[in-house]
Amino acid sequence: MSYIENENNEAHEAIRDSEDSSDFMKRFVVVPGETIIEGEDYLPGEGTRREGSKIVSSKFGLAEIAGRVIKLIPIFGAFIARRNNVVIGRVTDITYSGWLVDIDSSTSGFLPIDESPRFVNRNEMDQYLAIGDVIAAKIWSVKTKGIDLTLKGKGLGKLEGGFIFRVIPSRVPRVIGREGSMVNLIKDKTGCNITVGQNGWIWIRGETIDAEIKARKAIELVSEKVHVGGLTDKIEAWFMEEK
Amino acid sequence: MSKEYKRSDGRKNNQLRPIVAKVGIIPNADGSAMFAFGGTIAIAAVYGPRQLHPQHMQNPSTGILRCNYDLLSFSVYDRKKPGPSRRSNEISKVTEWALAPALDLKEFPAQVVDVQIYILQADAGTRTAGINAASMALAHAGLPMKDLICSVAVGKNDKHLIVDLTKEEEDYEEGEGATDFAMAKLANHDELTLLQMDGKIQPNIVKDALKLGSEACKEVYEAQKKALKEVVNGGEEK
Repeated sequence: MSYIENENNEAHEAIRDSEDSSDFMKRFVVVPGETIIEGEDYLPGEGTRREGSKIVSSKFGLAEIAGRVIKLIPIFGAFIARRNNVVIGRVTDITYSGWLVDIDSSTSGFLPIDESPRFVNRNEMDQYLAIGDVIAAKIWSVKTKGIDLTLKGKGLGKLEGGFIFRVIPSRVPRVIGREGSMVNLIKDKTGCNITVGQNGWIWIRGETIDAEIKARKAIELVSEKVHVGGLTDKIEAWFMEEK
Repeated sequence: MSKEYKRSDGRKNNQLRPIVAKVGIIPNADGSAMFAFGGTIAIAAVYGPRQLHPQHMQNPSTGILRCNYDLLSFSVYDRKKPGPSRRSNEISKVTEWALAPALDLKEFPAQVVDVQIYILQADAGTRTAGINAASMALAHAGLPMKDLICSVAVGKNDKHLIVDLTKEEEDYEEGEGATDFAMAKLANHDELTLLQMDGKIQPNIVKDALKLGSEACKEVYEAQKKALKEVVNGGEEK
């Protein structure tokens, strides 16, 4: 029991911290069923629930207290496709009505021919997207039968040049940062073009190979350091050191 | 019932064997864990949520849990013939029922979460070690769970209630003989998800046995929690 009380003290401290500096928030690891914080003042956010006067975690991950809302950031697990996620995938097959795309999810994605931003002749589909091509696509719908994709949207389409690599899908939000702060920082510092897919696939294209490798190193560093707060500043410092 | 009952391995009546718990032991799996009670070692791997085949097993309203438990052939003294048996089928099913109440797979309709549990070394209490490992592996896979599941075997040698029996204690034959009472519960709730018994027990003692088991489950829970937290940053402080 004393252990749980300790956790709560930590949580209260975390709130004080977040009041001191709004940017830095203390996060701590919780297991499913563990009490994150006690009190009627808090609202259970994603991955948490209310049980009596307690806010209880429903997943294994990092609990974050942002003002009154308690959130749970998952740090392990497979990619779970949701509508409007931008993902990076590889074309695995061409059917008469569209393309099959491997997006590293429980089912493969399907990109209908009508969802390409320009007209594609049914007989010359491989001119537009051939097997093995890598695309950034948006998830249009998730049904039990499968996942439908679209290429209509800003920043979507075939990815040419550069390379792709993977990080653990649940760490993608960290890589992107608050309102894109982290990925924008890395883009600024390396001058690379970066597209981050919610499925954990990341595409980088830069002017030089050195810049690309540097960007990749930075992203891998971010995805490893899940537990560190104020990471954007730390990565900025890391770039200074690397120079 | 004297409290000072001396067990064959010198433990107190409410003392568990040394617990070893580790998370993330199988890199290819979405979640994995190892759990050991002394000489009983179980490993568990979780795959999914993923597409369920055959299709007729799909449930359009929720995802399902599928467990497979087995002893490895070298885990026991007389070689266990590999492959499913009546015993392993039963324990697979029972494990599935023990874990399902903690798991919420509503988000994953028509999909399946596969749990593979293997016993590397058996010295009684394999199903309980398996459930503990599987519960950690499910959490490690990032699945929505109500709570962790803790499992332990309580039992009786003659008139003495004991916890976490060894094979030797399971085969005890003097007096009233041996009773093996495997249980699993939600860690932070008073809800049992598994209750099985071998042998005989007086109805008025059952309550005491369950109480003893619940106390032991707390110890198991602390070990599980510690192992899960350690995996996040290789044991170092935040």
